[in-house]
Amino acid sequence: MKKLIPVLITGLTMIFSGAQAQNFVDFGQVSGSFQFDGQYYMEDDKLGITDSTLDGKLFRMNGFGNIIYTNGNFRAGFRYEAYLPPIAGYNQKYEGHGIPYYFAEYQFKNIQITVGNFYEQFGNGLVLRSYEEWTLGYDNSIRGARVKIQPYKGIALKGLIGTQRYYWEPYANGNRGIVKGIDAEFYLNDMFNGMADAKTKIILGGSFVSNYEKVADKTLVRDTTIYKYNLPSNVAAYAGRLQLIYGGFQFNGEYAYKINNPSAMNNYIYKNGESMLATFSYSRKGLGVSLSGKRIDNMSYKSRSSELGEALDINYLPPLTNPQAYSLATIYPYATQPNGEIGIQAKVNYMIPKRSKLGGKYGTRIELNYSNIFNIDKQPVAAGIPVDSTGTLGYKSDFFAIGQPKYFESFDVLLNKKFNSKFKMILSYVYQAYNIDVIEGHTGEPIVYTNIAIADLTYRFTPTKSLRFEYQQLFTRQDRGDWVMALLEFNIAPKWFFTVFDEYNYGNPDKDMQLHYYSAAMAFVQGTSRIALSYGRQREGLLCVGGVCRAVPAANGVTLTISSSF
Amino acid sequence: MKKLSLILLVLLIGFSVYSQDDEKRGRRLPSIDLRNADGEPFNTADISNDGKPIILSFWALWCKPCIKELNTISDEYIDWQEETGVKLIAVSVDDARSSSKVKPFADGNDWDYEILLDVNGDFKRAMNVNMIPHTFILDGDGNVVWQHTSYSEGGELQIIENVRKIIAGQEIDAH
Repeated sequence: MKKLIPVLITGLTMIFSGAQAQNFVDFGQVSGSFQFDGQYYMEDDKLGITDSTLDGKLFRMNGFGNIIYTNGNFRAGFRYEAYLPPIAGYNQKYEGHGIPYYFAEYQFKNIQITVGNFYEQFGNGLVLRSYEEWTLGYDNSIRGARVKIQPYKGIALKGLIGTQRYYWEPYANGNRGIVKGIDAEFYLNDMFNGMADAKTKIILGGSFVSNYEKVADKTLVRDTTIYKYNLPSNVAAYAGRLQLIYGGFQFNGEYAYKINNPSAMNNYIYKNGESMLATFSYSRKGLGVSLSGKRIDNMSYKSRSSELGEALDINYLPPLTNPQAYSLATIYPYATQPNGEIGIQAKVNYMIPKRSKLGGKYGTRIELNYSNIFNIDKQPVAAGIPVDSTGTLGYKSDFFAIGQPKYFESFDVLLNKKFNSKFKMILSYVYQAYNIDVIEGHTGEPIVYTNIAIADLTYRFTPTKSLRFEYQQLFTRQDRGDWVMALLEFNIAPKWFFTVFDEYNYGNPDKDMQLHYYSAAMAFVQGTSRIALSYGRQREGLLCVGGVCRAVPAANGVTLTISSSF
Repeated sequence: MKKLSLILLVLLIGFSVYSQDDEKRGRRLPSIDLRNADGEPFNTADISNDGKPIILSFWALWCKPCIKELNTISDEYIDWQEETGVKLIAVSVDDARSSSKVKPFADGNDWDYEILLDVNGDFKRAMNVNMIPHTFILDGDGNVVWQHTSYSEGGELQIIENVRKIIAGQEIDAH
């Protein structure tokens, strides 16, 4: 807090004195946004929610306000957040309020300097990514300084240093690492005049990241002998990437390496980490195909080696699964396994042409996706030492071998058809195999196999009044059994939304848990302001955005969301 | 803490006075480094359409209403362009999980839009986009003159109506 005041005062001084300076334009521009998410919880016998499980905290809210000031090449801003107390399912360490994010940024010709908090990503994020996702309560922004330089056309350099956000805990000597990183990117076609018109385009990049942490002594007792872990204070990671573009063809590949980084996440093993991500794609109008492959080997990288939660991640390991939008298809979402996984994804988008026999007047859109993910191959480092034993090298792994068990598999088909100006239809089928044991830690439970059918029909009465009907059915013999879901939505564009839906877990093997999760909601939108009010039961599950997931507990109550920006 | 709250309050009041000014004049786009559909570096300051209006639509592969909106507009897009010369730029906020699948998706859905990749949400943050879909309309000089969040059937009519007003030089309600 002490640091914040001088920053704000400096900012203010710059704003008001700057108004007279020649290189500032008028008074500059201000923009901002805010959001309020409030939930009022009610008791629910069936869900086992009583006053005591609610801990008396019947009303909870998350909120933020964001202000950005821009004047010519100068930008500054801050975000105020309040969790009083945090909505159920969010990390309760968020309880409280304050200003976790503030920055000032100046662009001078080819140099950009940022001080304060910032979000950054090197390449695909395999060695460094700081980002925020409000709906997940995820924020690993870096507070420190960052410089971006473009010394020559086609060359982009970045350098940064700072510490990451950990809820409301301020940085103090040694309570988390100091992250440093540099990244360089070369767009060859821009750099060399001879290549400017070449059909083949090449982008090369490389990153180096290092985390310094004051590590505490840690010991291990094995056969009455006390061993002391020799933990590295500096953990380095580097990555190289290549992007090739040739007409409709594209290749995007990145390889990352991390030195030994014994941590709570990997059970303190001394193996090096590796990660590889490659996507090949081809597209032309009406057709898009992509094929991706990924291998992750001991690649959790956090700025505190003892951290086990979803905080202080320095890098980002994207999952190779199709993001699902229909609710029953989100019951079993995949989350990246940072200690090891190998997988592929293939995706095709095709439009049967307009005015063809099969395509009809408006054409028919088709999407296919296939994903398959396994553990990596893990062999003991020596006879008699189990895989992943703490204090050892952990395991040996053949780079191309597929290990056991299977983590996830899915096959999706989606058909999107407009019949006429009034009627539209989306049909979808999803098959999933989900390793609930590994992904959710339900030890010993079998793989969940699901078959999901979805129909989404929209009928427009008038140009702006429409009715949408959604029907979904999930079949599985494992876990909580079969589900059915129906939704009805009446919209008056662009301002009003009314929705009722029910998810019914009729196949639950526990008869008492064959429950209806009903909900009714309405929303009013005026420009960028949206007010939504809903009442109902919320199913226990995982909410995932971009591969990071948050467990949402079962709840019953009223939710109010107000969001606006200017 | 009290002092700080006071400073913030003053700032907020000051800002809201300015912002009302801004609304009349329209806000310009910030300069943010992004990627185009092919993954080549692109700066948002270079967004232009030869003095004609631009529709800027934030979307993602996981956002069903966004895709419905862009599919609906896609069916009308040729007519919109012929009539008004408007250009739609679809800014994907998909991260590294899906960003390399955005172009195949857009092509495979037969979209004629210009695509930008906002892989780490830098543009989204700078534009104060809380939820998607979030659509902006820029006038011929590149000023943000209208914005709206969410989509349902028929929402596209308001967009083209506003584009027509801009072409005709009529005032439009900023929201």
